[in-house]
Amino acid sequence: MSTQTTPEARAQEWRGRFPTVNYLNADYGIKSWLLTKDHKRIGILYLISVTFFFAIGGAYAAAIRLELLTPLGDLMQSHTYNKVFTHHGIMMVFFFLIPSIPTTLGNFLVPMMIGAKDLAFPRINLLSWYIYMVGGALTFAALLFGGVDTGWTFYVPYSTNFSNTYVTLAGLGIFINGFSSILTGLNFIVTVHTMRAPGMTWFRLPLFIWSHYATSLVMILGTPVIAITILLLALERVAHVGIFDPALGGDPVLFQHMFWFYSHPAVYIMVLPGMGVISEIVATHTRKPIFGYSFVAFSSLAIAVFGFLVWGHHLFVSSQSVYAGMIFSLISFVVAIPSAVKVFNWTATMYKGSLSYDTPMLYAYAFIGLFTIGGMTGLFLAALGLDIHVHDTYFVVAHFHYVMVGGQVLAFLGGLHNWWPKMTGRMYPEGWARFAALVIFVGFNLTFFPQFLLGYMGMPRRYHAYPPGEPMWQVLHVMSTGGASILGIGLLIPGVYFIWSMRYGRFAPANPWPATGLEWRTPSPPPTENFAVTPVVTWEAYEYRPVEEMEVVGPGAPDAPAGGQHPANRGVETEEQP
Amino acid sequence: MQSIPIPKVVVPFAPEQASTFAPHVDALYAYLIALTALFTLGITAAIIFFAVKYRRRQAGELPRPVHGSMVLELTWTVIPLLISMTIFVWSASIFFKAYRAPREAMEVYVVGKQWMWKFQHQTGQREINELHVPVGARVKLTMTTEDVIHSFYVPAFRIKQDVVPGRYLQTWFEATKAGKYYLFCTEYCGTNHSGMGGYVYVMEPAAYQQWLAGGTGTESAASQGQKLFQERGCASCHQVEPAGQQGRGPSLYGIFGKQQAIEGGGSVTVDESYIRESILNPQARLAAGFQNIMPTYQGQLSEEQVLQLVAYIRSLGQAEAGAAAAGSAPGTTTTGPTTGGVPPQQQRANPIGPTSERQGSPAPQAAPAGGANAGNANRP
Repeated sequence: MSTQTTPEARAQEWRGRFPTVNYLNADYGIKSWLLTKDHKRIGILYLISVTFFFAIGGAYAAAIRLELLTPLGDLMQSHTYNKVFTHHGIMMVFFFLIPSIPTTLGNFLVPMMIGAKDLAFPRINLLSWYIYMVGGALTFAALLFGGVDTGWTFYVPYSTNFSNTYVTLAGLGIFINGFSSILTGLNFIVTVHTMRAPGMTWFRLPLFIWSHYATSLVMILGTPVIAITILLLALERVAHVGIFDPALGGDPVLFQHMFWFYSHPAVYIMVLPGMGVISEIVATHTRKPIFGYSFVAFSSLAIAVFGFLVWGHHLFVSSQSVYAGMIFSLISFVVAIPSAVKVFNWTATMYKGSLSYDTPMLYAYAFIGLFTIGGMTGLFLAALGLDIHVHDTYFVVAHFHYVMVGGQVLAFLGGLHNWWPKMTGRMYPEGWARFAALVIFVGFNLTFFPQFLLGYMGMPRRYHAYPPGEPMWQVLHVMSTGGASILGIGLLIPGVYFIWSMRYGRFAPANPWPATGLEWRTPSPPPTENFAVTPVVTWEAYEYRPVEEMEVVGPGAPDAPAGGQHPANRGVETEEQP
Repeated sequence: MQSIPIPKVVVPFAPEQASTFAPHVDALYAYLIALTALFTLGITAAIIFFAVKYRRRQAGELPRPVHGSMVLELTWTVIPLLISMTIFVWSASIFFKAYRAPREAMEVYVVGKQWMWKFQHQTGQREINELHVPVGARVKLTMTTEDVIHSFYVPAFRIKQDVVPGRYLQTWFEATKAGKYYLFCTEYCGTNHSGMGGYVYVMEPAAYQQWLAGGTGTESAASQGQKLFQERGCASCHQVEPAGQQGRGPSLYGIFGKQQAIEGGGSVTVDESYIRESILNPQARLAAGFQNIMPTYQGQLSEEQVLQLVAYIRSLGQAEAGAAAAGSAPGTTTTGPTTGGVPPQQQRANPIGPTSERQGSPAPQAAPAGGANAGNANRP
């Protein structure tokens, strides 16, 4: 790029950076990305977008932690603080956690893992990204114009008749964003049903696919409910139609039922894909099939189904009937079991395996431990008598951050490391990556463990200030803020070396770990059509063989030597493939 | 709660145990901590052990595949299920008792409002952000809010109840230890949410009697309600004497706690909620045999005034118990307007202090000054 300036020359230079013709250099220019129908490129678009929203949400988290260093609300005013935690929640939940894994790793890997050329509806896939961006832009605009102060839960009647902030605009963004979720879910379900390669039976599917299938079911069935809820909220706020506000003849608790009917299953939209990632990583880095494959697969479906029946556990102290509370509590204990089954099976898979200390596996080790804590503390909240005390305190905050950050975010990072060679054709720097994983683990625990203690001591959530007469509260808050600083630095490190590796990382072989999935039997990065020829699956899921036998699919394209320069892709001729 | 022996468990990082309810919650918490430690340490130990023992020694290693074991799967499905059922049963039994308010209790009316808690004792005392109660008395709170949802939370009592506009919700506690305990709002309610708190003062019975006797006199809730009843013309339709003529509306004498047949079939127990509904939305469940002629008082009465009317209607026909119409708890036996109270307009100190300017206030710099006064409560 030093001397040449014509677009053609820049395209040439871009192609020259890769040893093969692949989805990244097959086409050049901004238009080739914004109008792409390639699921892999759309996955990259999503990756950039969710990272952007994650950074925004993270900045708000930093502001929250800074404010809570001292008991008095001295950094910002209460009204500002209320907006800050609301923005943190909205950005993280709707624009990072829900789309993160399905739209990036899921988009990239679902077709490849089942041996398809693309998703069933490539145009709808691109549309879903545009919808996501429009929704994100609207909500982000609401935050920039002045913000929202209702909390991400938008409880009525505060959000309808009291808050004087941009509730409707933010709600509109979330409403629109929901359609992106629905389209992604629909695309995955149709793809998994109709586009599996010959021989890829349901029980040969990677567990990543099972978990994404279950996630997609929840997306399709749950998301319309949040859309309706937001619509009704807007109707009441704008047109004063009495639905939720008792002053207009409505019922405020009805809103909570409707909101959590989606938002509790949404928790599983967030964590199920992470469980799928962990299943893949554990299998790959122990070189063993997942212990109890069918139990792990069906536990995903069980979570998706039972997840719809537990929303009432958010309403134990909301005036819901005592008997309804008991039923919701009972089912909440039942839904914990499939998650526990997964944890036991992952652990059992490690028995007599060949365990690596590669970065993805470090994230998997951390995930299993932290998810266990996150899940077990969920039982505290499902326990009726105990929930009365810890409901809406920092105990809840700590619990869902253990599941969302300790679970979902670590799984996302582990997955990114695991498939980074496949997505970019380059290896990330292993030493730095292990270091960052360690920093993140330490920072995470230091941030959120003290919050369990704070919660049981009675510190309510969404508090701008806390009693100065409680020195221990401040000690714990200072620990938490210190941990958040470490966590923040830990999260920046991968950001830096991932970008660095795209130019300077060594070339990745087709199957660096090696792993058994179909996505590893095609060059890194894959060609636009994914596979030179349609693969025929003759092996079971996670059937490990010597690396020579796990060949690249296609006419005589052998695997590259591990760690070496990738040979010219002999699947180039597949560009003529239909 | 007396039927269950109270386990003596003191957990670290917990607020004081100041109610009959607290030791039960803490014991369950300790049980769950033990289970969490057991599972987390077990899983972590297994992972570390496997990661060291079965670490990859050669690049091309291929371990023997193990596909699963039905026995193990059933074991780790059934055992956690059984354990979780023990938690369910224990926690549900605590919950059930926590929400079944005892019949005999000292009643306090609570109204939440952005951003303060207003209390009204049956004996007439009114307080803001402070609640005085005696040790060893069962206190039943009947709560509502004038605006958005709030939540009444006293960590030392381990009780919490959302306060929802448009309805009456109840919770109760029996304090076991004199002291001053935090009261928080735990449902996000707008700008000054974190400043919407105060203290519950639990006093020895003697000190509580002294507190009752102090201050300026106000009328009991019921007699305030009686005044309202006259002022608003309720008496022109509703009979309140035992032998009076039935008016255009049903007689209210002794109606509280009875079954009332309603127009269109069915019946309803006349409780606080039904009286409130009949004042604010009379046609919702019309008493059988009466015309739908009562106007709504929605927007014309504050929640506190509605509560006073409820207290008055409740007291009708319970003349023997006095106008105060309260239960048998200590302190409530005082009759008549002999008592002290707090001028309702006076904002009390709360644990945190005003954390920000009230909406529309021109003086944001007042916030730190208010904060500095926080905790400077003027009662023990």
